[in-house]
Amino acid sequence: MTGLTLFSGAHVIDPANGIDAKLDVLVDGPVIANVAAGIAADDARVVDATGLLLLPGFVDLHAHLREPGFEQKGTIETETAAALRGGFTTICAMPNTDPAPDDASTVEALKGRIGRDAHVRVFPIGCITRERAGLSLAELSELADAGCVAFSDDGHPVTSPRLFRNALAISRSLGIPISEHSDDPALSAGGVAHEGRVSERLGLRGYPAAAEINAVARNIELAEATGARLHLAHLSCARSVALVADARARGLNITSEVTPSHLFLTEDAIAGPGREPAYDTNARINPPLRTEEDRKALLAGINDGTIDAIATDHAPHATEDKLCEFDHAAPGISCFETAAATILTLIDRGELDPAAAWAALTINPVRAFGLQHRVPGLGTLSVGAPADLVLLASSEAWTVDPARFVSRGRNTPLGGITLTGHVRAVMASGKLWEMGANDD
Amino acid sequence: MASAATRFPQPGPAPIVETSWTAKDLLDTDTLSLAEINLILDQAGAMKDVRQRQGKLATLRGVAVVTLFYEQSTRTRASFEMAAKLLGADVVNLTASGSSVEKGETLIDTVRTLEAIGADLLVIRHGSSGAPYLAARNTSAGVINAGDGAHAHPTQALLDAFTLRENLGDLKGRRVAIVGDVLHSRVARSNIWALTALGCSVILCGPATLIPRTLEDGTEEGRYMVTDSIEEALDGADAVMALRMQRERQESGLIPSLRAYVRDYQVNSARLALARPGAIVMHPGPMNEGIEIAQDVAHGITSTIEEQVANGVAVRMAILYHMALARQRR
Amino acid sequence: MSDQVMNAEQLSRTIRRLAHEIVENNRGTQDLVLAGLLTRGVPLAQRLAAEIEAFEGTPVPVGSLDVALFRDDLRSRDTLPHVRPSELPQDIEGCTVVLVDDVLYTGRTIRAALDAIFEFGRPARIRLAVMVDRGHRELPIRPDFVGRNIPTSLGQEVSVRLKEQDGEDGVYLEERGVAVG
Repeated sequence: MTGLTLFSGAHVIDPANGIDAKLDVLVDGPVIANVAAGIAADDARVVDATGLLLLPGFVDLHAHLREPGFEQKGTIETETAAALRGGFTTICAMPNTDPAPDDASTVEALKGRIGRDAHVRVFPIGCITRERAGLSLAELSELADAGCVAFSDDGHPVTSPRLFRNALAISRSLGIPISEHSDDPALSAGGVAHEGRVSERLGLRGYPAAAEINAVARNIELAEATGARLHLAHLSCARSVALVADARARGLNITSEVTPSHLFLTEDAIAGPGREPAYDTNARINPPLRTEEDRKALLAGINDGTIDAIATDHAPHATEDKLCEFDHAAPGISCFETAAATILTLIDRGELDPAAAWAALTINPVRAFGLQHRVPGLGTLSVGAPADLVLLASSEAWTVDPARFVSRGRNTPLGGITLTGHVRAVMASGKLWEMGANDD
Repeated sequence: MASAATRFPQPGPAPIVETSWTAKDLLDTDTLSLAEINLILDQAGAMKDVRQRQGKLATLRGVAVVTLFYEQSTRTRASFEMAAKLLGADVVNLTASGSSVEKGETLIDTVRTLEAIGADLLVIRHGSSGAPYLAARNTSAGVINAGDGAHAHPTQALLDAFTLRENLGDLKGRRVAIVGDVLHSRVARSNIWALTALGCSVILCGPATLIPRTLEDGTEEGRYMVTDSIEEALDGADAVMALRMQRERQESGLIPSLRAYVRDYQVNSARLALARPGAIVMHPGPMNEGIEIAQDVAHGITSTIEEQVANGVAVRMAILYHMALARQRR
Repeated sequence: MSDQVMNAEQLSRTIRRLAHEIVENNRGTQDLVLAGLLTRGVPLAQRLAAEIEAFEGTPVPVGSLDVALFRDDLRSRDTLPHVRPSELPQDIEGCTVVLVDDVLYTGRTIRAALDAIFEFGRPARIRLAVMVDRGHRELPIRPDFVGRNIPTSLGQEVSVRLKEQDGEDGVYLEERGVAVG
């Protein structure tokens, strides 16, 4: 064995290099060796990729792995296996664990677990504030030196504008972006569903759009005042997209992301399709699923490049966290294993522009967090880049069955829904994982 | 040939009731057909008739009704208990305090335990909207929603409809004004669906912060509308229903003060004069007299508030009877 | 499978005979009340009253009695016992109440009717008139006035059809095909 693998006849898409053509890809051990037509490599293992899309492995800026502290919901081992199955070869782990990584020692311990158990590349995100409590800043410089790629208190916003401004100023000097969960709890406290048609119909406490929009506006102002790199996590409102577009037009260093869930679903997912309201706790997420108008604006934000990244906000929960009253249900969706299919379905429907969508899953998130400086070539198929790639059967229809998830979290509102497109194989750091057809 | 012997009317052919109750649960009025609503109202009339003559029946002997209340309530629970006992059912009452609920047992486990014990019908009151739906999906026992969060209170809506029909006759084209904290009111929501199904126009009225902003979607059918003007709401109304105003609304800043609420939205005699002469006055209880409703109006000659409570027992008897039958047939 | 065992002519002659028997048994129409059991007992009671009035010249009050809430066999019935208002004279104290029904079978309906009647008061005596007695009693109940005794098997069904309800008069014996019991 030479360690050479040749993917032949694939439809290769590499947004970073402007490649969108039928080509061969040669992998040598852990790196990409060549991307060209008609590559001859007699001693390579040949993978016939005819009819499949071949892209750089997906990069996720926003995932919850639950370890340490919440292993009943998921572990680094189970959730990175789910990431792999979903085509994600690089993920950034949010720090809402217990303990939360708010100093070097907790990050070192986390890195030890990652090194031992992870199936894909995992970058830790450090806390902005100590124990994510929003009261005092975490050991930001230690966290940067320990390898955190961003700071976030995700799940909570940093409510104090002054503390947040200080965090931005320090993060700028450290060259690390802040990924902020934009929310004004004074408006959203107690809310469990988007304040609107469905919440009023079902008698659910409303979470108004203004809670996010207010916070997005504040965060942009403070980023401008400090010159920091601000990344806005999981945008859900049309007005938020407009504020980001405005900030970028003014030349600010603002990036943002949207989840496949917010691109695909609306508040109606809570009520479900039947005459009797479903109160589907699996459709409870934070920020909540919003209106069709918002969804359209988020799609447009990806299509015109206003929003950089599609990030999963993969949030596995144990069954009992969701099998309860809607008010008491934990917010979050187990997303890794449906993300690619959701995006392919939106492309198939003509709602997402494929070039924009693939960039939002590969090179854009890399640049948003500056990951190319940590792993050269990440998110691309450039020669010498890591051999991370994903093969997709773009027109294969399948029905989501959460019971077959690799993730410990079976919490998806997509159970029983038919999606178009499937992850067929994934190579992570040169190791090939074949998923087979969807009836594996 | 009017003789003493024929002093009462000769019975005509018995009414043929075409619909039967088949649903396992009663969770809200929005999924009821007009025929089902009419069945319950007609049957409640018969129950009221039977109830005027006698004490307890043995009709539901051997049927176990469990009331499971996660929220305080006196009248709704007492009404269900009375209805069940009048029909001869066994009744077990559980409250959130003093049971495994307090020890952190999940709703689903509680419901399954009650089913295993032998509960046939579960009457559930819960502070979380949708909780009875979760319960219903996880038990073969029939579930009756006795009020869930701000969502629904179907038996209250049915007893309101029954009271309206008794007082006004056919409800087609009748105007019913519902005044108060509509946004947080499960009574208002269930009444919208029941009353519009019966042909009423429903006018929802309250302070701008306490009326839904999206329910206007329904106005395209011309059957219910939302307004912040009480004068507009009461104009020509055949019935006026005042909703309970919670003190917390003042504390959370949704209204400036109870004083302001009284000034702007209290159902009082001056405002009632805008309604049709003889318009009936309703309240789901418990009342804050002098807040959402003036004392003289609450006890005025057109007030049906006590009637509503009495009718509640007959309506719940009809519901329990038909749901118990439906369960036995399954 | 449906055999006619009584035609319209026979039915109306039987009603006339029953009317005479009732008046004879009561020694007139004094304090006589007919209580038809819903559904088909009511038109039968009304026809009996019309007959009595025709030969006695006195109207006899007719009431209707719903027994749904008084039954003890809800679990096994496959019809839908909707509750209907019962209507009886204000005061049956001291009266002779004749319960009128179409078919007497197990006797459970009549037991329920006895419970129901006592909710209205305490009559001096209660009698039972039925158009058809088909046997198979489960309770010690015996009719006082019988139109026709029709021996049946458990797999058969007796159906009394009346113009008021069914558009025609007649009694039929039907095979249910499946024996029950």
